[in-house]
Amino acid sequence: MRAFLLRRLVHAVFVVWGVVTVVFFLVRLTGDPAALLVDATATREEIAHARQMLGLDRPLHVQYLDFLRAAPRGDFGLSIRERRPAMRMVLEHFWPATAQLAFAAIVLSVVLPIPLGVVAATHRNGVVDHASRLGSLFLQSMPSFWLGLMLILLFAVALGGLLPAYGWGTLSHLILPALTLAAAPLAQNVRLVRAGMLEVLQHDYVRTARAKGLAERAVIYRHAFRNAAGPFLTVSGLSLGFMLSGTIVIETVFSWPGMGRLIVQAVPGRDFPVIQAAVFLFAMLFVAVNLVVDVLQGLLDPRARVFEDAA
Amino acid sequence: MIQAPRDGVALLGLAVIVISVVLAATAPALAPADPVQNDLLERLAPPMWMDGGSGRHPLGTDTLGRDVVSRLLYGARVSLVVGFAAVILAGALGVALGLVAGYYGGRLDDILMRLGDVQLAFPALVLAIAVLAVVGSGLGNIILVLSVTSWVTYARIARGETLSLRHREFVEGARALGARDAGILWRHVLPNVLPSITVVATFSVARTIIAEASLSFLGLGIPPPAPSWGAMLDEGRNYLTTGWWLALFPGLAILAVVLGINVVGDWLRDTLDPRVERGM
Repeated sequence: MRAFLLRRLVHAVFVVWGVVTVVFFLVRLTGDPAALLVDATATREEIAHARQMLGLDRPLHVQYLDFLRAAPRGDFGLSIRERRPAMRMVLEHFWPATAQLAFAAIVLSVVLPIPLGVVAATHRNGVVDHASRLGSLFLQSMPSFWLGLMLILLFAVALGGLLPAYGWGTLSHLILPALTLAAAPLAQNVRLVRAGMLEVLQHDYVRTARAKGLAERAVIYRHAFRNAAGPFLTVSGLSLGFMLSGTIVIETVFSWPGMGRLIVQAVPGRDFPVIQAAVFLFAMLFVAVNLVVDVLQGLLDPRARVFEDAA
Repeated sequence: MIQAPRDGVALLGLAVIVISVVLAATAPALAPADPVQNDLLERLAPPMWMDGGSGRHPLGTDTLGRDVVSRLLYGARVSLVVGFAAVILAGALGVALGLVAGYYGGRLDDILMRLGDVQLAFPALVLAIAVLAVVGSGLGNIILVLSVTSWVTYARIARGETLSLRHREFVEGARALGARDAGILWRHVLPNVLPSITVVATFSVARTIIAEASLSFLGLGIPPPAPSWGAMLDEGRNYLTTGWWLALFPGLAILAVVLGINVVGDWLRDTLDPRVERGM
């Protein structure tokens, strides 16, 4: 287990290094980052001055090493628009706004599918089974932001303002964005739990558990679901990542003051320190989530570790 | 092998794809109006079946008085071109790299796969936004960015299949007969990789169309006034109370095309790739 953890950790550190490197070269794609890092109206002298101030006149490898030291500390320089540390701005938008939205969506899309998927498996061709089949097909075929617009049209416009269309602060503000973000993964996860349960329920140990007179609920959740949970966990981990990028469009639709909307607003002003900091944080969250899921997987299912070691 | 789909749903999906391609290709002949022509006297005209609607604008007009049907038809071109071009590009790149990595292994394989790991650490949309912010948007850049962010999947599949094939008898046999590596990869390995790649690529066209719509919605798509479905939704979202049709129809268009592609993808998976289990 320790070797497994260590290898996972080394891998994560490697990925973080790769991410920092990509973020570093991103802004240098255009040739002269100084021109991007100052106001659009800056004169040539001002750009030259900025280049010197930002240390962009030094050799590339010196800049890169500097960046490698600064990035993990969260030092991405000052926002061009607000003249404040870029990472602090990103963090202020991540916590609490984006974190709330993501947490609500995770609860909806990871917890709810467990009972729903079990019902879909135990009552095949029942209402839940059909609804989740159609739901997952349709929801995967529409952009989430359009679903959001349609929900606004329904709940905020047609039903006379039953729920607020945009804004942040109260629980009722959270309902539509969280539902929009969670809808597609929710339906997909119901299918996943269902498929896993259908496979597991055929096994002998389930029959044994029933034969020894256990209550059906205990058979299903303690014996069957625990064994069906593996692939569900892996996919949930992956879908968390997609959910993170989903926040970008969803926050824009609902004017949710999170880091997704921050990055979108930073683009027209070419506020690169903010974009870099946000990309970095997105990638870090993504890596962290996948690391946690991998480790959980290894804890829950010793086979995952063994296969890893053999590979 | 591939036969015409027998189940009705897949057939319907195929029909939707064919129809949308035909509509997009013949947009100049079909569109009732110029898609970028403003007509401020006719702004926010409702669809023809509503009060105040007229046959001149069957699905109404937008805030600048531009005809919605015409913009939808021209917007289909953007969605389909980006969807197919980005997937073909990413597929070609990914498969080529995956074949080489799987066949030769070693250092090259390590580097490519680690590169893939790093890239998968970025949510694709975040990376696309960041790159487009630097290089600027436009049709070519969008296709490039969307293909660069998706080559890894193809590379991984092609590599995996190649690994399992490279010591099989027919490959060893070809090598013993003096075939060159390129010939073996092209003639013996590639054909075995293609079925699974086709399945993945089909679903990927659907996802790419949604990704393009998302980028356009965020203002990073092809520059205005050229119509694209995502940009139309972006314009429409501020008029939900006065012009609901602006937010409804472009979304329905995306839903129809993407649903059609996904249904065909399901069918392809069942026919071409029997190892992937049904029931998801």
